[in-house]
Amino acid sequence: MTQVTEASYPTKALQKFLTCLNGASNPLILDLGPVVGSNVTFFGEQLGCRIRVEDVAADIDRHVKEGRLEQLPAFFASRFTQDAGSVDGILCWDILDYLDRPAAQELATALCRLLKADGCLLGLFSTAETSDQVYTKYVVVDESTLRYRTYPALRPRQRSLLNGDIIKLFKDLRVSDSFLMKSKLREMLFRKPAPRA
Amino acid sequence: MNIGKSVIIKGELSGSEDLTIEGHVEGRIDLKDNVLTIGPNGKIKAEVFAKAVVVLGEVTGNVTASEKVDIRDNGSVDGDIASPRVAIAEGAHFRGAVDMQRSGVKPAAKPAVPGQPQPQGQKVGA
Repeated sequence: MTQVTEASYPTKALQKFLTCLNGASNPLILDLGPVVGSNVTFFGEQLGCRIRVEDVAADIDRHVKEGRLEQLPAFFASRFTQDAGSVDGILCWDILDYLDRPAAQELATALCRLLKADGCLLGLFSTAETSDQVYTKYVVVDESTLRYRTYPALRPRQRSLLNGDIIKLFKDLRVSDSFLMKSKLREMLFRKPAPRA
Repeated sequence: MNIGKSVIIKGELSGSEDLTIEGHVEGRIDLKDNVLTIGPNGKIKAEVFAKAVVVLGEVTGNVTASEKVDIRDNGSVDGDIASPRVAIAEGAHFRGAVDMQRSGVKPAAKPAVPGQPQPQGQKVGA
């Protein structure tokens, strides 16, 4: 049976993500989770930013429902219409945990393309196998606390990604910070290096 | 002023008083100094400009408000929002971008406050 829960956990990477974007003027953030009104308010007030919500979990569920999971890699290759290098920050949350390798790679490649030089990406990765078929809404309580609120998913998490696998997925980015949290999540912050002159 | 359920308007709608729409409007709505409420039965396909916008029905199009946009439970917006304050209720539908133009002084990133939940993670990366 699907367990739907809600609990608060500390975060370290969120503060780093905010610091990374603090100097940007009217930055653009891409949020790959479902819309969370209080998060929109939080990031808007903290950063004076533009936020584009692109619910990738809904994309996955739609593909499951239509029996077209094998088309996810091709879908992600053309999913985002923003210009290359136009996004300052990406809230990837834990969505890559729900994808198999080809789809995860296409999504990661698309995100790397969208990110500006010096832009940052926040990703969460499960370190424990679980059979719960739920997605998690990450609700920002403050810059050091996230509330994890689960809701039913049509697909469980896939195999946990190892650190090396994650780094390979985002080969065009560099790992800025990585935190192993007691919530059994690895929080990782990636930065896109400026092109060499 | 109310626009009732059976009313369909195509074109530009402007005015200088607060307005509640329960009908259908297509085109452009301009209430720069007033509050626009899209009622639960309201269906809007329009560019919207108002002082404040409250959405309980459906809006397809970009919404610009000088004060606040409030999407209530079961309200739906498919379009971009520009407003200094935006509230999206749990259960609301939103697809698009939000641009909250910074007003006033930007809050600085605060250090953790004693007594608040502290991170328990362990830094393992560089």
